[in-house]
Formats: sequence, structure tokens, C-alpha cells
Amino acid sequence: MANTRSPSPDSPPAESAHSASPALLDGIAADQAEASAAEELHERVVLDDERIRRALRRIAHEIVESDADLSALYLVAIPNGGVPLARRLAENLESLAGARPQLGIMDTTLYRDDLASRGTRPRLRRTEMPSSVDRGVVILVEDVVSTGRTIRAAMDALMDFGRPQSVKVVALVDRGHRELPIKIDYVGKNIPTQPGESVIFRAHERAEAEEEILEVVVQSLDTPPSATSGTDRAGGMA
Amino acid sequence: MIGQDLLGIEHLERDQIELILETAERMQEIGTRDVKKVPTLRGRTVVNLFFEPSTRTQTSFEIAGKRLAADVVNFSVSSSSLSKSESLLDTAKTLDAMDPDAVIVRHKVAGVPQRIADVLDAPVINAGDGAHEHPSQALLDMLTVYQEKGRFEGLSVAIIGDIAHSRVARSNIYGFTKLGAEVRVAGPPTMLPPHIETLGVKAYTSLREALDGVDVVMALRIQNERLGGGIFPSVREYSATFGLDRAKLRFARRDAIVMHPGPVNRGVELSHDLADHRPSVILDQVRNGVALRMALLYLIAGRAFPQDQE
Repeated sequence: MANTRSPSPDSPPAESAHSASPALLDGIAADQAEASAAEELHERVVLDDERIRRALRRIAHEIVESDADLSALYLVAIPNGGVPLARRLAENLESLAGARPQLGIMDTTLYRDDLASRGTRPRLRRTEMPSSVDRGVVILVEDVVSTGRTIRAAMDALMDFGRPQSVKVVALVDRGHRELPIKIDYVGKNIPTQPGESVIFRAHERAEAEEEILEVVVQSLDTPPSATSGTDRAGGMA
Repeated sequence: MIGQDLLGIEHLERDQIELILETAERMQEIGTRDVKKVPTLRGRTVVNLFFEPSTRTQTSFEIAGKRLAADVVNFSVSSSSLSKSESLLDTAKTLDAMDPDAVIVRHKVAGVPQRIADVLDAPVINAGDGAHEHPSQALLDMLTVYQEKGRFEGLSVAIIGDIAHSRVARSNIYGFTKLGAEVRVAGPPTMLPPHIETLGVKAYTSLREALDGVDVVMALRIQNERLGGGIFPSVREYSATFGLDRAKLRFARRDAIVMHPGPVNRGVELSHDLADHRPSVILDQVRNGVALRMALLYLIAGRAFPQDQE
């Protein structure tokens, strides 16, 4: 399983070409393809697997120390990136608090606010909510949050599964550029980004180990002059 | 696929079929919720334009549209007032002026959805035209088979009945062969169209040979109302030769499933027992029909964007 988010920071790959400013983004996608062919695409790892582990352990501690009713905890992963993160967070919470929280997966695609303005409909991802969220203490788990639009969509979706007692958000990376009044309760790392940079969360299956290896990278390219303004925020949802 | 017509399976690519089936699988989850509605097509209008009565297909599209929060309008027209093609196209143009985002068309004459699509801006979904195609039925059949068998490659599907007059058979032949399954058709010689083999299927006049080792048996409805005469001597004889019951089903694989597009003529195409119980999956087909049509509306409803028409 490889969760790649590119080229626009917060949209799955197949969707990016049709986001808010399609012509511009198509240009970037093409440039990026060229750039990688010419090895001009710079990629640096900002969080490796060990640092992601530590971040999740710290977040688990913060959740346990909060007033939340741990017996009602329900981790809801936003696919794809949220799924491996929620699984690891659940393991941490289990070793700290003794009980394994309920785990769910909730695709937010059908609740997006940009479906009417796109030329294609994004591929749907799996939703598995094994029990009602009524009276649950729900924690949404997302890999990278930026505009806040995915979290807005997730809250709408969540209400269709019941009436949670409270809702909080975990994000491994907060890259800023919020477009909605959305607050992230537990952040792994703040990564301010420049226009033309993408933050990508990946989960690799390593052949020799059963374990999957997680990492977050920042990709940047030698930004073409036409794309210096505003492209960073032209992407879809986060 | 936004804004594209869906007139038949014949012109779909394999990856398009797979995208539709995958999307339908995701849509099924919505049907399991307490609140069976998502806001995806809020503010969109879906029109059911049925020139031939069909409670099942029309209801299925209506529920599908409503679960996606679209406004669904049933525009029923008596076919007698539309015997002239001019008035048919006038109806379509009138409809188009109301700016629908998708129009579902059923007509007893093959090719009518195509003619309507030619004059409409909105995408047209064929809900059955004459003996031509019934793509949404075939797609829900493919979804049902996939969920039962987990694959298409290497499967054998036998379609039994009046192949010559069946749009369901044609659409399924196109679909299953594109997905890599082997398709056989069987019926009395008068019900097998000439040159059916050119569609990549094997034709049988013996039920026993047709069923030998198949994974899926699809019985077609005998359309008493459509048959003027001469196609088969009597319903009783058809039932004795090609009607499915547990004894005849033994020729198929032990784990074969039985399908029927409905409504079943009990005791004709299927025995009472088979109509109601496993291995028949008729109600699963109906249930899958709603999710499948949600997938179609999700992928298609809306006007094409200029930049997509490259």
C-alpha cells in the first residue's frame, strides 16, 4: 500500500488535474513529470518512521491526559493516509489505557464541497463504520491537513452516523493555509510550506518485515515562473 | 465520465466497467446506514423518462437519485402519443429546456435513447430500449456475480431463454465477455438470433450441454406479452425443456448461482423453489441495482466541462 499525495498537496493523485484552477494545475503536473525525469524534483524526508512513531506516542499520551471518556473512544480514519495512522494510534492507546478503542474508516468524498466545480468525479474509497458513533468520543485521524475542507466534509459525514458526544482531530502534519475555521486538536508536526511544495504521506510495505514503514516527505521543484502565485492553495481539500 | 451518455455496454471500455463496479461497491455501504442519504447531488435534477412502463427499473433509479440527494422527477409518457419520432424529439427538447443533469430513458424501440441523446445537452442513461441494450441491468448483474465469485476471468456464464428478443442478454454478453468470462447462450432455435457467435458466445439448443460446468446461470423472462406467435409452441413445453429447477441445475457446477432480471414467471423460467431460495440471488440483484445506479448517477450526472472534451 502506498499512499501518495501529489502533485497538489492534499488531493489524491488522480484528482489533482481537475481542481480549482485546472489549467494551472495541469501545467504543474506536466512540469513535475518533466522535473522528475530530469531529477529536478527535490524530495526531503521531514518525518521518518521513528519520528512518526514518537509523534503518535506523544499524541496518545495527550489523549489519555485529556478529560475524554476513554471507554467511549472511537478513532475514525480518513482514507487513505489516516488508516495506518489510526491503527498505530489505537495500539498506543491500548498499551497506555488498557482498552483498544473502536476503529472506523470513513471516506469523505461524497461530502466534498468541490464536486460541482470539477470535471471528473473522484474515485470513492472504502467506508467501514462498524458501530454507531452515538455518544462516542470521536477522534478523526488524517495524515496532512491544510485548507480544512476535508475535515469539514468529515464532520458532515460523521453526523450521518449518529450524534457523537464530542469530535476532535488528529493530524500527523499541519501545513497551514487554512480556508475554514477548523482547529486541529493533536498535531504531529507543523510544516509550513512554500508555494510549489507538496507534503506527501506514504506507507510502504517492506518486504522483509511484516510492518509497514511510514514517512512524510516534502517535494519541491524548481518552480516555473507561471506557477509562483497562488498555486499552492489551488488544490482541493485537506 | 461526467456528462457522458451511457447507451450500452457495447461501447464501454473494460476499465470503465471496473470503475462503475468499484464505485457501486462503495455505494452499497450507504444502503446499510440508518440515514440512507448523502448530499453529493444536492441541487441536481434527474429525470426518469419512461415511454414503456417499468416499475422496477424506474423505482430503482428513483431511489438511487434520492439517496444521492438529487431531485428526481418522473416524466411518464404514454407511448401512443409518441409514435411519431418528431413528437418524441420535441418531448426531449422540452425536457432539456428544464436543465436536467441526467435523463434516464426507457423505450420499446431500439435506438430511441441514442436519438434523444443526440438532441439533449444532459447525459442520457439507457434504461432499456427494445431488444438492444439494458446497460444498468447488466452492470448490476456483473456486480452481483463479482460479489458472489470474486472474479470474472475463467468464469462461465450461461444465459437461458429468448436471447433474440432480450436486451438484458445483449448487454450481459458484451459485459461479461469484456471482463474475461466465457458466455454461453441457450434456448429453442427460434429464440437464438442468427450469427450470435459473432458476439463471442457459444450457442446451445440443449440446456444440459449449456449448463455443463457453468458458474452462473441467468434465466431470462419469457415475455408472453411480446410474443405474437410461432416462437415456441407452448409455455408448458418451454418450461419442460428450458425451465430451471434443482434437477436441471445439477448439470452446472455445484456452487453455481442462479440469476433472473425479474419479474419471474414462476414455474416457467424458474421453479417456485428456485425463485425463492439459494442458489438464486434475485433479491441481491435488486439490492445491488440501487447501489449500481447510484454509482452511474455519481459518475455521470452533470454537464460536461469544456476542458474534458479534449
